[in-house]
Amino acid sequence: MTEIFANEVGRRTLLRRAAAVGLLATPAVGLLSACVGGGDDKPATQSTGTKSADNPLGIDPKAGVEIVIFNGGLGTAYATDVDTPAFNKKWADAKITYSATEEVSTVVQPRINAGNPPDMINNSGSKLMDFGAIVKAGQAADLTDLFAAPSWDVAGKTVAETLVPGAIEQGTYDGKPFAMNYSYTVFGLWYNKKLFDKNSWTIPTTWADFTALCDKIKAAGITPFGYAGANASYYMVRALLTSAGKIGSEQVLKDIDNLKPGAWTAEPIKQAAQAWGEIGNKYINKTFLGLRHTEVQLQQDQDKVAFYPCGSWLENEQAKDTPAGFEYAVCAFPSVTAADKLPATAINAAAGEIYFAAAKGKNPQGGKEYLRAMLSKEAALGFTKLTKSLTVVAGASDGQTISPGLTSANDMLTKAGKDVFMGYLFDTWYKKLDDESRAAVNDLMFKGGDAQKFCDRMEKASQAVAKDSSITKFTRS
Amino acid sequence: MRHGKYPFIIGFLVVPVALYVTFVVAAYLQTFQLSLTSWSGLGKIEYIGFDNFVKLWHDDTFWKSIKHNLFLLILLPIITIAIALVFAFLLNVGGGHKGGQSRGVWGSKVYRIIFFFPQLLALAIVAVIFGRVFGPDKSGMLNGLFPQSWSPWLFLADERYAMACILVVLIWQAVGFYVVLFSAGMGSISDDIYEAAALDGATRFTLFFRITIPLLWSTIQVAWVYLGIAAFDAFALVNIMTVDRGGPNGATSVLSLMIYRNAFDFSQAGYACALGVVLFFLTLTFAALTLRVTRRDSVEA
Repeated sequence: MTEIFANEVGRRTLLRRAAAVGLLATPAVGLLSACVGGGDDKPATQSTGTKSADNPLGIDPKAGVEIVIFNGGLGTAYATDVDTPAFNKKWADAKITYSATEEVSTVVQPRINAGNPPDMINNSGSKLMDFGAIVKAGQAADLTDLFAAPSWDVAGKTVAETLVPGAIEQGTYDGKPFAMNYSYTVFGLWYNKKLFDKNSWTIPTTWADFTALCDKIKAAGITPFGYAGANASYYMVRALLTSAGKIGSEQVLKDIDNLKPGAWTAEPIKQAAQAWGEIGNKYINKTFLGLRHTEVQLQQDQDKVAFYPCGSWLENEQAKDTPAGFEYAVCAFPSVTAADKLPATAINAAAGEIYFAAAKGKNPQGGKEYLRAMLSKEAALGFTKLTKSLTVVAGASDGQTISPGLTSANDMLTKAGKDVFMGYLFDTWYKKLDDESRAAVNDLMFKGGDAQKFCDRMEKASQAVAKDSSITKFTRS
Repeated sequence: MRHGKYPFIIGFLVVPVALYVTFVVAAYLQTFQLSLTSWSGLGKIEYIGFDNFVKLWHDDTFWKSIKHNLFLLILLPIITIAIALVFAFLLNVGGGHKGGQSRGVWGSKVYRIIFFFPQLLALAIVAVIFGRVFGPDKSGMLNGLFPQSWSPWLFLADERYAMACILVVLIWQAVGFYVVLFSAGMGSISDDIYEAAALDGATRFTLFFRITIPLLWSTIQVAWVYLGIAAFDAFALVNIMTVDRGGPNGATSVLSLMIYRNAFDFSQAGYACALGVVLFFLTLTFAALTLRVTRRDSVEA
């Protein structure tokens, strides 16, 4: 059991949750700002230097920078072995004081309240601080100058220009960026490249191709598509809603998050539910309803399941069970209709894992400079090599062979270009709705594929949440 | 002795009563209070009157959960007690009499240990093990035993049978304890009675129904209340074993799980407390009813 829980909280939810904390912050602030000290206390004397082309953030080259890193699934080696050396190569006299913690809020929050925060903080883990409250209390440094500064190691581009679409938006509050969301998860259909090559199965881009391929796979005695109904049906919710987002653009998903009446009965959702319901009817193994994610993923590793919808943590999660003849690869969900608003290459990807510079520390500019170092291509590549996670630095691991699945995910991201959307947040905002979506999608995929029933059921649940005054509401635009 | 009586009694009572008041009575009072609020579990508490109970009345999952709890409430005690009584009888009396002593069937000491064994396993472990027993594909133990040509039974993934699977595990886990409980009860029934009955030509069947059950009645009554309360719980099994925790489609949802999920997953502590209040009254009613209905003179027969 621990393994299941660890996986679930460790990777899946956490990354998304960290990202979501950003957006859900504003309305909740009233309650929680009390936890983080107010903005009245005078900032300590802060180190500054002269701005120059070589020193765009104007840091004091001799002032030390204190960083705190969350010690969790990603480890801490990327900070000690990659980022700090990169920073010190340029600023040899700036001493980095490093510490790691498993409980960020326990260690950092009292220091923020005491007016003595570290300069750069990795706010992550199950004990992360409410970042919205930190922003409201004026404790996070405005990162506008960081993103406008020239990139550390990409000539002629600003930091912002080196990042994937949506990366900055995810850390933006009331129009200003305060958080750098560093790691990047891409979602798609995962398969065994070697199996597909051997059978010369080509990756489908249209729904007709997809079902035709599923027929072939089925004829070969392999279950064409599967997911675990017992505890991981939200992977399927993501697949369905990604398809809906491709049909009708991300607006469809924003409406869902905003609990707009009719959001779930909108045509794109219905079409996506219809298409996936068909897949459930014809190509899924009905026993998967009772299986857990580890069991279905193991079956895929044994080539009993062809396609599995998941995020880019999958390869690393399955590393010890993946046999020699298995090579993870991922593709975008095929277009449902010919009139989809987004192209077949469009994907859902989300940034997570917050890093920020403390506004009232001794050396906020130094903290930002450290972030700039992290956002260099070189450091991003180092991070990816160590953690097997992509970063928001676009193309940082291009042309690198770290692992086949990661290369494939990176290719998918490159092909998607600007058609990458952040997805939805209702699952972290409204757990009850999340719960209903899991049951509803299981019903759709395993019990007859009735799209209308799925839409109506979700619409009803969504409106029940909207009308329930005991649930705190959030909005996004 | 009169002088020392009250300090003596108070001295004995003060610690347990203090503990009880702090951790049971106070907690219940707070639950009652919070059930009238829309508290999320964090931050401000706002009173909303009986809105939570109105909401509850219109909640399909609530009615489903009540239904499932009733299902367990009726079947769990009946089946468990029936099985436990038969086993206990066989272990203690079923072997006939020798030298003025009734004995169990051959090897009864070994059986007793085997029956009690499930009781030693933590419920979480039992749930994980039975998750594999009821595995919905050929890797599941039962499906693995079925002939290869059968299409697999879904068990927990089938809305019709999921609740029955939970019931089976609850019974499997509980029987051992009640075998021991009833054995102890039977041990206190005097051998003379059995011997006299046997001399009168009573069969084992008659012994069981005419002697054992009436003389064990108060023990059975206690067992019934315990099992009924267990039937109102069932949280651990449902939480660990079932599809989507309480699924598929709410087919295994029970009140205790609903309370947990509303309080800790859905951030609706107020609503969870309202459910707690309902559960409190249901359990209380059940205990009172059971004791009243089953009350009868133990020597009546």
